[in-house]
Amino acid sequence: MARVSDAFSWHEFIRQETASVNSPLLKSFYASQNFSEDLTLDQAEFVALDFETTGLDPKTDEIVSIGLVPFNLKRIKVAEAKHWIVRPKCKLSDDSIVIHGITHSEVSSAPRISEVLEQVLKALEGKVVVVHYQYIERQFLNRAVEGVLGEELWFPMLDTMRLEAMLYRDGWRTKLKRLFGSKLVSIRLVDSRLRYGLPRYHMHSAMTDAIATAELLQAQIRHRFDESVRVTDLWQ
Amino acid sequence: MEAEQIEIAEFLGRYPPFSFLPEKTLNLVAASLEISYYRQGADVYKFGDEIHDLCFIRSGSIEIYRRNGVLYNRLSVGDVFGQLGLLMNNRIRLPSRALEDSLIYFVPETLFNELCDNYDEFAYFVEVDDKRKMNKEIQQKREENDLSSVKVSTLIARPPIMISSDASIRQAASVMTDESVSSLLIYDEIAPVEDFGDSFKHLVGILTDRDLRTRVVSQGVDLDSAVSSVMTQTPKTLDKDTFVFEAMLMMLRFNLHHLPIVENNVPIGVIAISDIVRYESKNSLYIVGLIHRQHSIEELVQVSKDVPSCFVRMVRQESSAQMVGSAMSVIGRSFKQRLLELAEEKLGPPPVPYCFLALGSMARDEQLLITDQDNALILSNDYNPRQHNEYFEALTEFVSEGLDKCGYPYCTGRIMATNPRWRKTISEWRECFADWIDVPNPDALLNSSVFFDLEGVWGKTEWADELYRFIVNRAKNSPKFLASLSRNALLRTPPLGFFKEFVMEKDGEHRRTINLKRRGTAPLVDLIRVHALAVGSTSRNSIDRLDDVIKSGILPDKRGQELKYALEYLAMVRIRHQVEDVEDGSEVDNNIEPDTLSDIERRNLKEAFNVLSNSQRFLKYRYPFS
Repeated sequence: MARVSDAFSWHEFIRQETASVNSPLLKSFYASQNFSEDLTLDQAEFVALDFETTGLDPKTDEIVSIGLVPFNLKRIKVAEAKHWIVRPKCKLSDDSIVIHGITHSEVSSAPRISEVLEQVLKALEGKVVVVHYQYIERQFLNRAVEGVLGEELWFPMLDTMRLEAMLYRDGWRTKLKRLFGSKLVSIRLVDSRLRYGLPRYHMHSAMTDAIATAELLQAQIRHRFDESVRVTDLWQ
Repeated sequence: MEAEQIEIAEFLGRYPPFSFLPEKTLNLVAASLEISYYRQGADVYKFGDEIHDLCFIRSGSIEIYRRNGVLYNRLSVGDVFGQLGLLMNNRIRLPSRALEDSLIYFVPETLFNELCDNYDEFAYFVEVDDKRKMNKEIQQKREENDLSSVKVSTLIARPPIMISSDASIRQAASVMTDESVSSLLIYDEIAPVEDFGDSFKHLVGILTDRDLRTRVVSQGVDLDSAVSSVMTQTPKTLDKDTFVFEAMLMMLRFNLHHLPIVENNVPIGVIAISDIVRYESKNSLYIVGLIHRQHSIEELVQVSKDVPSCFVRMVRQESSAQMVGSAMSVIGRSFKQRLLELAEEKLGPPPVPYCFLALGSMARDEQLLITDQDNALILSNDYNPRQHNEYFEALTEFVSEGLDKCGYPYCTGRIMATNPRWRKTISEWRECFADWIDVPNPDALLNSSVFFDLEGVWGKTEWADELYRFIVNRAKNSPKFLASLSRNALLRTPPLGFFKEFVMEKDGEHRRTINLKRRGTAPLVDLIRVHALAVGSTSRNSIDRLDDVIKSGILPDKRGQELKYALEYLAMVRIRHQVEDVEDGSEVDNNIEPDTLSDIERRNLKEAFNVLSNSQRFLKYRYPFS
């Protein structure tokens, strides 16, 4: 997926894909993503999604765990949160074990991505998907869907990192800072959260990061956006 | 697959009431809750909102308010709130607002109820313990920074700088400069008893910057004369274990700027008024300071609006009734003093000297929130009505009006200095009191008992003390007068029926209430006054008077102590009631409803009234009216 140009319309794209895609699962998913252009932040039902992967390259690396939590502007519904550990085809390196805190035995008894993909997509259906740094989730999800169903899956996401970047990376101040080589404000999840008074979480799993992302979006909206802003104005 | 929320469970488990739950249940709670982010200043719940969750603060802090907007409690990470609403028909009584950006966990009501049913400790914490927990928190704050529980020793920054009494003024001044202190303690070396032990430094005086100005430089005193010739001799001191609050009151009362602190009579430091002010700036001392810096009635009115919250705050900090009464009197006195100062600026200096008198509760150091202005004027014997009346009329009008605007309403009985009847010369006052005492008439005395509590607050205040000594000397030798006064003190009886049940007001606006002032503290104060005058006590504060009375031995064994407790208790109930009125935003009064008291409070109240009742009987026997 290249840069989204101004001429590109997610609505148009979703309508085309809904019509042309073969898999009933994807057809149903695309249809559910056809949100009204007038959908405002306070009306939207979101789902925060986070993947842990064996590395950053979607061509060679794989998903090891998936966390998601549905929410809206009022409440994050932890009771409806879901978490999967997935067994990758390649062997898990010791490095990524340290990062994710997932043990070999947990992975070896875990299902393959093909076994949980339907549950994941059903949990995302009808909701605006929220991620922190859309590249990972978007590329890895597409890759997984391609591998299992033989078709691509692209859909709009709200990216909390992008929202931070709009504030800290796009202004003339940042350009000045870049020019003079000053340190830029970090827009990593952990650092972004601290700016909004959100707590530091000690465990890093797809589950905690999904909740952390949901909390960050609530905070960003409360601080920076009117609740009547349209979702389509913010998504990527 | 359903997610485990280990991060959340682990965090919840660190704080009560969740710390009482087994791990399995804790994991269930963590996996069942909802989360929401509140920006600083956002309402979490408004008054009357429905509530269906127990709220847990994951980050940030939340303020809980009373309905009238007065702050009730401040909570932070790990605290829970909302349990009161859950236990009371799911309606919010105490609104909550984010003091900082906050992240709140919401535990659903159904789960909350299950937890209460299955875990006693959990239930105990959220139900029974709610109030105690609040108190604990208030107490914790109190321990941190409160004048009535902090010892003066904590304010001492360094050991005292001292010099021997035979040093010269010049030496003293140079020590003060070298050490950069504004006060210096002067000692006599006391040799050890026999030949062992240490000699010790006995404090004999204090010298301040101000003394150097007023007693040395401006008087042209020889700098080589002994420092003992210009120091303040035997200065007042306080023990290191005294509360800061008492130090503050002492400094205000005696107008001291420096107070030596001693341990076993040996000075260990000096505290200055500025030390206390720095320590805490929003207290009665601060208000007194403010009063003296205002330049118009309008400005004073602004300051007077802080008086109720200062009162509330003192009570919250569990100051005694005596401390509260004393601080409120100091504040009231300051308003009078500042108004008189402003009046003199406006009208020019007085044509003849005078003394402005405070009467009643202010003179006794027992003022509370609602109180009439009772005052009078002693004029110099040189006073000539034709020449001077106009000035004092204008002066007293100015002060009276100012006091009224500052929350001390006009006295309905017109016992005010604005009334020409209560502006008398020294000789006229003596005649007046002599008349009241020598030819006592209970009916006439009824309206003048307030004059027997008097204190000079401005001008020639020593005249007030002289007058009071005159009164006491005359009164103690007049059994007829004491009998008349005691008959009046029996007119108001405690509200106890034959079977010791409460007798309440039967009709009117205050039905089913007891007026604690009229039926409690006022008759007690009256009774104590009779005894005090009988034993020739010149004290005006009721507790001080009781001490004098106890010392004289006229009361049966232990009666004096009982009276003290009864007075402190009744005053405290009255004060607490006024605090509730202030906090609820309703009109402050003295009418309590016994129905709303706990069993223990009711029992104590009856006990206090009973002491009053017995003491009244004793009064009748002691000062018979023939």
